[in-house]
Amino acid sequence: MRVAPPRRTAKVAFRLRKPGFSVTVPPTDTSHPDYFHRVVDCQWACPAHTDVPEYIRLIALGRFADAYLVNRESNVFPGILGRVCDRPCEPACRRGRVEDKPVAICRLKRVAADHKDDISSRLPVIPAQKNGKKVACIGAGPASLTVANDLLPLGYEVVIFEQWDKPGGLMRTNIPAFRLPETVLAEEIGYIEQMGAQIRYNSRIDSMNKLLATGGFDAVFVGSGAPKGKELKLPGRAEGDANIHIGINWLESVAFKHVDKIGEKVLIIGVGNTAMDCCRSSLRLGAKNVKVMARKPRQFFKASEWELEDAESENVEIVVNHSPKAFVVENGRLKGMLFEQMAYDFDARGRITAERVTGETFIAADDVILAIGQENAFPWIENDLGIEFDQWHVPVVDVQTHQSTRPGVFFGGDAAFGPKNIIWAVEHGHQAAISIHNHCMGQPVTERLPPTLNLSSRKMGLHEWSYKNDYNPVERRLVPHVSLVERFKKISIEVELGFDAEQTAKEVERCLNCDIQTVFETKACIECDACIDICPTDCLTITRNGEEAELSQRLRAPRKHPHEPLFVSAPLKHTGRVMVKDEDLCVHCGLCAERCPTAAWDMQKSKINLPHANDHQWPSPQQRKTA
Amino acid sequence: MSFINKPKVRHPDLPQNELGLTRRDYEGAMSTLCAGCGHDSVTSSITQAIWELSLRPEQLVKLSGIGCSSKTTAYFASGAHGFNGVHGRMPSIAAGANAANRNLYYIGVSGDGDSLSIGFGQFAHAIRRNVNMLYICENNGVYGLTKGQFSASADIGTRSKKGEENRQAPVDPCLAALSLGGSFIARSFSGDREQLVPLIKAGLMHRGFAMIDVISPCVTFNDHVGSTKSYEFTREHYHEAVHTDYIPSRTEITASYGAGEVVPVQLHDGSQLRLRKLDRDYDPNHRGKAFEYLRTKLRQGEHVTGLIFLAPGHDPDMHEMLRTTDVPLNQVPYEQLHPGAAGLASLLKRYA
Repeated sequence: MRVAPPRRTAKVAFRLRKPGFSVTVPPTDTSHPDYFHRVVDCQWACPAHTDVPEYIRLIALGRFADAYLVNRESNVFPGILGRVCDRPCEPACRRGRVEDKPVAICRLKRVAADHKDDISSRLPVIPAQKNGKKVACIGAGPASLTVANDLLPLGYEVVIFEQWDKPGGLMRTNIPAFRLPETVLAEEIGYIEQMGAQIRYNSRIDSMNKLLATGGFDAVFVGSGAPKGKELKLPGRAEGDANIHIGINWLESVAFKHVDKIGEKVLIIGVGNTAMDCCRSSLRLGAKNVKVMARKPRQFFKASEWELEDAESENVEIVVNHSPKAFVVENGRLKGMLFEQMAYDFDARGRITAERVTGETFIAADDVILAIGQENAFPWIENDLGIEFDQWHVPVVDVQTHQSTRPGVFFGGDAAFGPKNIIWAVEHGHQAAISIHNHCMGQPVTERLPPTLNLSSRKMGLHEWSYKNDYNPVERRLVPHVSLVERFKKISIEVELGFDAEQTAKEVERCLNCDIQTVFETKACIECDACIDICPTDCLTITRNGEEAELSQRLRAPRKHPHEPLFVSAPLKHTGRVMVKDEDLCVHCGLCAERCPTAAWDMQKSKINLPHANDHQWPSPQQRKTA
Repeated sequence: MSFINKPKVRHPDLPQNELGLTRRDYEGAMSTLCAGCGHDSVTSSITQAIWELSLRPEQLVKLSGIGCSSKTTAYFASGAHGFNGVHGRMPSIAAGANAANRNLYYIGVSGDGDSLSIGFGQFAHAIRRNVNMLYICENNGVYGLTKGQFSASADIGTRSKKGEENRQAPVDPCLAALSLGGSFIARSFSGDREQLVPLIKAGLMHRGFAMIDVISPCVTFNDHVGSTKSYEFTREHYHEAVHTDYIPSRTEITASYGAGEVVPVQLHDGSQLRLRKLDRDYDPNHRGKAFEYLRTKLRQGEHVTGLIFLAPGHDPDMHEMLRTTDVPLNQVPYEQLHPGAAGLASLLKRYA
């Protein structure tokens, strides 16, 4: 063969086999911070967007204090959340898609909290010179404490009004001590008090009007939770009242030691997480036989799977398909409850299409605890203050700014949108703090900085990366528990012991480092297929472009979760085909980048910056210059 | 090469073949070739092809000589038999192994140095004998292991990495095979899996010597401007004459096609090849025309690919020519293998 001048015949040759494409997927815009953020499933799922992979790597290095502070930056209460978080990160974890079980993210968080050194010197610095603004927070729960945590470093004076003589809100009153020890609460709330939050104990706010009328506050934040347990109005309710308890009120009484015993036979109505706390608390206060009564089958339970497991391991019986009908009271004393036995029909998607009563049954009980939900209640907010409520008496609150219809009054936590969980309350606190800061500085509350994202290569040498890229097939570690005999001796004995050193060392290896992103440089690709051949989970494909649904059919491996992001490159320079990556099952092993002869693939760490109050500088540097 | 092995974790929904195996089950050791080497793509195509054919790994014999290309056999089907021979001597070992056991599938992987320089004689005689095997020549035009000197397949005018121009005429393995009587002659490109995979399947199922010359760029020493075997040059001068689809015998043949566009060819095991002519005037069943066509296109600087020649009818393979036993030697009963003193005496009588 003799060298001939280049001719562009290749594209024709490659296209000839399947002619006639016209609709194509445009190149994926990875410059938007959300693209790479979504790849970090845990962080994307976390309401406060905790940088999970980063703190897991720090734990792997034994840098517990650093790991704790990475956590604290976004979720403020790592020790508390490392025990009782609802952990939306875990169902989202990529490891759970690649294998069965996600990384034990929550337990690792606790490892960092339990083993760190003293971090008090590393808390945000509080300026001696205050900015002259004063903020009132109502209720010393996670939302208010977060607001204080964010505003104190900016020179604000923050006063928190608390109805009890101890802080924590529902974290203290509704989560039993065997799940969340008092010392952990005290430590983490203590940091915020150390930063200068003034908590006024035994100071219940009975009138918003009076509070506003004092004129002493530049903004008010309502973080008073959803403190009203739902009632079950059935025959016998009034007569049996002495032995019928509202779950959250009862847990509160247990927390403050106003209640220290319960009958031998206890029925819990409802299967949410509060019900799980009620049944396990009952066992520690003398109950011998505890049944949790559910109206529907197990797949409809609201409780987290692990809380159900913990309760069942303590021999709590969960009875399904029993709908409460009446309280049975004899001679003024509760004898038990009457239930209707239910049967259900389901459609193909598992939804209930019909229900029938198949019979009735009596179950004896000494005490009944109602745990069927809770609501917010604001009898103390007067109607004429310009704070609007909707038809269900829920305040009208902006989902982004958390401002009510009265400027300067903000809502967060369960008080804002009804019962959620601690991690949501923390995020509400962060967002409300930005609004409060803007409000106090005379800026529109909607003036918020967008998230940003930095990428930096982890390449250290030809085949070396500054993270551990090998896939470790180790299975999820099980956290050890106090024995079934020992744990019932005192209500304050924490049941979960936390991971030991060996378990921690194994569990951290399960994290796939999803924040070490595969970043593609279209110009550099020579289409040698090396990355495609080496990818262990077949997430890469080079193919001609097409319409997304049709393109998805031509991938190397089936697209298992179509809602997971799909990366499509710009046309490649040799053939005009595109590089496609299904992010779904990428294990971030970096072999594509290692096998790439032109470094078209690179492993780059993404760092997502989600602005908090202290990132919002008013006057802005721009404004200062022109002033 | 990499510091870690390819993790065993795989996509949970990978399709399975008739044996219930996934493509990942046909992988071999971790490649130690350069990142981006065309040979790794060839490995991947071989893996894909034998998975699609549902071959049991132990039905397969992998043979190779010396060179970058010859490392390929280590990187697929770790459960298969294998022999890594002396430089250029793989065809002899293949012929010997095939003589002993005709029931296995033989796949030899060689390169332009191993086949066209030191082993040219071996290569030629394996074609002459029509050894029943698939012979893949991973052709990159340079000696990669010794840092990029021109090999016997380097084209006139191609430049080395340092800018030196080659002036010696190349040996084209396809032209050589055509002139030596090869019955299945194809050329492909490591970067075109859609073409290569069916060719590998067809070659394995073809009875007789099947040669596929695969242009497989050397990413380290021959992927620069001025090289005629770089990724870019190959793609720009890529001329697919015939596209081959492999239809396993189990598939019901229903597709209809216009006369003259598709030539169906029945293989001995009942499977079918469909040759789709992309160049209407080309006749892949005519040795003389194929030779002429290939030479003309080479002069024009084109890499002709696809199934270049398939002998019409059936050429006898080595076993048929030598009239050997139908069963592998290890299955021949002892009495037959060892006729005893009386048997020997009667045999010798013939020469008395």
